[in-house]
Amino acid sequence: MANFLLGRLLQSLVLLFIVSIIGFAVLHLAPGGPLSQFALVPGLSKEDLARIAHEMGLDRPLPVQYWEWLTRLLGGDWGHSYRDNQPVLAVIGGRLSATLELMGAAILISVVVGVWIGVMGAIRSYSIFDMLATVGAMVALSIPTFWFGLIVIYAFSVHLGWLPPGNRTTVGSESTFLDYLHHLIAPAMVLALVEVAIWSRYMRASMLDVINQDYIRTARAKGLPERTVLWHHALRNALLPMIALAGVEIPTLLGGALVTETVFTWPGMGRLLLDSLGYRDYPVVMGILMFSALLALLGNLFADIFAAVADPRIRLT
Amino acid sequence: MSTGDIVLEVENLSVTFATESGPLQAVRDVSFTLRAGETLALVGESGSGKSVTSLAIMRLTPPAPLVTLAGSVLFTGADGERRDLLALDLDGMRAVRGNEISMIFQEPMTSLNPVHRIGDQIAEAITFHERVSNRVALARAAELLDKVGIPDARRRLSAYPHHLSGGMRQRVMIAMALACNPRVLIADEPTTALDVTVQAQILELMKELQQATGMAVIFVTHNLGVVAEVADRVMVMYAGAIVEKGGVVPVMTRPLMPYTQGLLHSVPRLDPESLGRDTLEAIPGSVPDPLSLPPGCSFAPRCRHVRPACEAAVPALEAADDGHDVRCRRWRKLAEAGA
Repeated sequence: MANFLLGRLLQSLVLLFIVSIIGFAVLHLAPGGPLSQFALVPGLSKEDLARIAHEMGLDRPLPVQYWEWLTRLLGGDWGHSYRDNQPVLAVIGGRLSATLELMGAAILISVVVGVWIGVMGAIRSYSIFDMLATVGAMVALSIPTFWFGLIVIYAFSVHLGWLPPGNRTTVGSESTFLDYLHHLIAPAMVLALVEVAIWSRYMRASMLDVINQDYIRTARAKGLPERTVLWHHALRNALLPMIALAGVEIPTLLGGALVTETVFTWPGMGRLLLDSLGYRDYPVVMGILMFSALLALLGNLFADIFAAVADPRIRLT
Repeated sequence: MSTGDIVLEVENLSVTFATESGPLQAVRDVSFTLRAGETLALVGESGSGKSVTSLAIMRLTPPAPLVTLAGSVLFTGADGERRDLLALDLDGMRAVRGNEISMIFQEPMTSLNPVHRIGDQIAEAITFHERVSNRVALARAAELLDKVGIPDARRRLSAYPHHLSGGMRQRVMIAMALACNPRVLIADEPTTALDVTVQAQILELMKELQQATGMAVIFVTHNLGVVAEVADRVMVMYAGAIVEKGGVVPVMTRPLMPYTQGLLHSVPRLDPESLGRDTLEAIPGSVPDPLSLPPGCSFAPRCRHVRPACEAAVPALEAADDGHDVRCRRWRKLAEAGA
C-alpha cells in the first residue's frame, strides 16, 4: 500500500509537470496576450506597452518565463492575477468551494439515479421502462449542456418560477442552507444529466453481465429472496467497474461544470476560468489548470484505493 | 445400500424454451422417483436435457414466458407433507430451495460470489431459513467447513473465494448445500471441472456425507466412470427424453438401448482386449437439433441397428426387467442377438 501510494505520487508529479508545460505553451502561443486589453487605450504608446511588458516579464523567451513560473510555484508562490493583483491561490480558493459543491451534488444525483435506472433496466431488460431509459439516455447524451441549461431556466425560473435562474444564494439576503439548496437544484440537475445517462448505460451493461453469473444462480439456489440476490449479491459486483468510471468521469464533469456555471452565473472555477481566459490572465488560468489536473489525478487515485477496498481480489502494489 | 421412503416423484416433466424459431422442448415427459438415501445418476451428452431437468426441479430455469414447465414434481418434506413444487408460489419455493433441496454446480471457480466471505455465504442460507442469529449461523458454518474437510475451518470463515483452490471451493459449495440438512441434494456435474485426484476426494466426501445424513442425491454427469462409482440407479437421457433407466449394475453391464451401449463403448478401457486397438468406438453423428427432432426414435439417425419402423413413431419407455426400462422398439431382438 505504501509502495503503491509512493509510486502514484511520483507518477502524479510527472503528469502535473507535463500538463503544466503543455498548458503554458498553448496559453502563450494563442494570439493576443495580457497586453491586448491596453491596445485600444488612447494615450498609451508602443514604448509604454513595451515597458509594461518588460515589467511583467512578458518580453523574455517562453522557456525562461516558464522556468520562473515553475520555480516560484515550487516555492509556494502561485503568482498574482493580472487583473486585480490578487494572489492566485486566494482567487481560486474563493471559487473552489462553489465548484466542488456543484460537482458533488451532480455526482450524487448521477450515481443514485444512474445506478437505479441501470439496475432496473437490467432486471427488466427490454421492458417498456428499459426502452424508455435507453432512448432517454441517447437523448440526454445528444443535448448540449448550455442549451439544456437555458431550457431549465426558461421552464423552472421564467415560466414556473420555482427555481432561481442563477447565482449561489439570493443576493442581499442572509444565506441559509435551504437557500443554498434552492439555488443548487437547477445547475446540479443540468450538470448531472449527461452523467446520469452515462452511468445508467454502464450500470445496465454491468448488471446484466453479473445477473447471468453462476454465483447469482447459487444465491437463488440457496432460496434467498430476489431482493437479497439483486441488491446484496449482484449490485455489489456490478458496482465494481463503476468505481473506475467515477474516477475517469471527474474531468468530464469539470468540463461540464465550466459550461453550467456560465449559464447559471455560478460563482465557481469554471466561470473564473472563462473570465480569466478573456483577460489572458495567465497566472490564474495556469492555477486553474493545475487545480483541475490535480482534481482529476486525485479522483483516479481515490477510485483505485476504493476499488481495492470494495473488491477483495484487488491488491494495491 | 438401503433405501427409504420416496422423497421426490417427478411425473411427466417437460421444459419448453421460447426461442425465436419457435418452442424448443429441452426436456420431454421425464418421470422418475427418488428415495431417501439413494443416488440417482442422470447421464447424457451435452444438450441431452440432464442439467435442465435438475434446474427445473429447483425451478431455477428462467421465468415463465421464456421457459414453461409442465408435469409435476412431488416432493415430500421433512414434515411428511407432499407438495407439487411446480405449483408452489415463489415464496413457498424459496422455503424449499437451499433448505430441503440443495444444489451444487459444475464450476466451483465461478459459483461463489467473489466479493463476499465464504463464512457469510454459508451462513446466509442458515439465517434465512432457520431465523437464527448471524453468530449462531457462523458457528454452524465453521462446523460445516470442518465436516467437508477444510482444515482450520474457523479461520477460513473470513477467507474469500479467490483464496481457495477449485477443490476447496467445491467443498465450500457442498458445505453451503448441506447447511440446512436438505433431504435432496442435486449435484450438477460437481466434479467435471476438477483434477482427477481431487474429483475422487470430492466423490468420497459426498458418499460419506450421504451416509451420515441419509439424504437422496441426484448426480448429473456425463462421466460413466463416476456413475459406476457413486450411483445406485442410472437414468440415461438423450435429446430431452429418458432412453434407459434402471439399477446401476444392470444398466452398466447389460445395457439394452443402443445409445447406452454406444456410450459405454466410447469409454477408454485398460483391459487386455481393448489395449491392442488404437481407436475408441465413437457413436457416429451428433445429437439432433432439438428444434427439428426426427419423427420416430430420436436416436434412429445414429443407430446402427435402425429399421424403418424405428423412424415411424416415437417408441415408448418399456419395462424390460424389474425396474429396468428402455426406450427401444428392438431391444428384445437385440438382446437375443447377444448385442
